[in-house]
Amino acid sequence: MQPVDRRQFLKIAGLGGVVFASGLGCASTKSGQGYEAAQDEFFFVQLSDTHWGFKGAPNPDAEGTLPKAIAAVNALDPQPDFIVFTGDLTHTTDDPAERRRRMAQFKEMIGGLKTQRIRFLAGEHDASLDNGTAFKEFFGPTQYSFDHKGVHFIALDNVSDPKGAIGDEGLAWLKSDLATQKPDARIVVLTHRPLFPLYPQWDWATKDGEQAIAALMPYQNVTVFYGHIHQENHFKTAHIEHHAAKSLIFPLPAPGSQPKRVPLAWDPANPYRGLGFRQVEAEKPAEYKLTELPVVKA
Amino acid sequence: MKRRLFLGVAIAVLGGQAWPQERVVRISAKKFTYTPDEVTLKLGEPVVLEFTTEDVHMGFKCVELGVRADILPGQVTRLKLTPEKAGTFGFFCDVFCGDDHELMSGTLTITA
Repeated sequence: MQPVDRRQFLKIAGLGGVVFASGLGCASTKSGQGYEAAQDEFFFVQLSDTHWGFKGAPNPDAEGTLPKAIAAVNALDPQPDFIVFTGDLTHTTDDPAERRRRMAQFKEMIGGLKTQRIRFLAGEHDASLDNGTAFKEFFGPTQYSFDHKGVHFIALDNVSDPKGAIGDEGLAWLKSDLATQKPDARIVVLTHRPLFPLYPQWDWATKDGEQAIAALMPYQNVTVFYGHIHQENHFKTAHIEHHAAKSLIFPLPAPGSQPKRVPLAWDPANPYRGLGFRQVEAEKPAEYKLTELPVVKA
Repeated sequence: MKRRLFLGVAIAVLGGQAWPQERVVRISAKKFTYTPDEVTLKLGEPVVLEFTTEDVHMGFKCVELGVRADILPGQVTRLKLTPEKAGTFGFFCDVFCGDDHELMSGTLTITA
C-alpha cells in the first residue's frame, strides 16, 4: 500500500492540463488536448460529513455551513449528474427522536439542491447507535448499487455495525454484486470509513476492510471515494485508488500528527478553512478528475 | 483457554475464569472515559486487565500491543497479557458509543 501525494495522483490519473484546486476557489480547467466531451463522460459531486446537529467551538457557524455548501453546489454550471453524501449526514445523539429530527431537518435542507438525484451513505454518527434503523427510514438502504453511464457504483455500509465492520452479510452481498461485473468493468465504491488501515491507532480503518479490498482486487478499474477522516487523502492499495473527502463541519488533523483526533480549531481569520466538497469527472476508461472546491470562495 | 503470541504480547481472553496468581488491573469504562486512563505495567509481568462498563457496550483496543476486547454491560471482561516490549502505547474505544466516542482513549505504559 502506498500513499499518493497530489503530484503523483495527477500523474497516475493522467491529469495534465487540469488545475487541481484545494480550497482556493479554483475550478478545473481543461487543456483542450485529449479531452472531448463524450457520451459516457459525466461528473458527480461528493459531499461528506456534514454532521447536521453538531454544536461546538470547532464550527461556530455549524448551522450556516451546510446552506453555504448547498449554494456552492447550486452555483455549479453545468449541474452534476448526481450528488453523493458519503456519510455522517447528522451528528450523533443518544435520543432516537432527536436523531430523526436532525435527519428530517437535513432532508429538508438538501431539498434546496438544484440537482435532486442524490445518493446517500450512512456514517457511524447516523447509523451506529441503532444499526441504521433511522437512516433507512429517511434515506433508504445503507447498501446498494447502481449504474450510471457505464460506471457501476457500489455503496458499501461499514458503519451500521458499531465496531466499524462490513460484516459477513455485507461482504457476501458485495461479492454477489461484483459477480455481475466483468473484470474490466468501471467500478466506483462509495463508503464512509477507509477500507484500508489508514491509521488504526485512531480507528481510521474498516475492521474487515481487507476482505472487501480482496474481493475488489480482481477488477482492473476500481476507485473508492469515502469520508470519515474530514480531510483530503489519496492512497493506493495495488491498483485501487482511495480518495477521502473533506468535511462540511470541521477538519480533523492529519493521521497521527497529534496525540488525539480532536477537531482542528476554527480560525476566525480564515473561516471554513479545511472544509469543502469535491467534483469528480468520470472519463474513459477509468480515470477521474478530482476538483476540490471550498464552501465559500475566497 | 486460548493462548496466542501476538505482536510482542502474550494474550488470552477469559470467560469467567481468573488467574489468582496474576496481578489484576481493573479498568472501568463509561461514556466517554476509562478509569484509570493511564495504566502502567511491568515488562514481562503477566497481568489480567479486568474491564467493566457502567453504561453501554464499549471496546478496548491497543494496536501496538495487538489486543482488543468487548466490554459488555453487566459482565466482566478479562484480558490476560504479558507485555513483551517497553514503551507507551495508546488504547481507545473501538465500538461507537456516542457523541465523544472519538475522544475515549488512554495509555498503557510498559516499564522495563
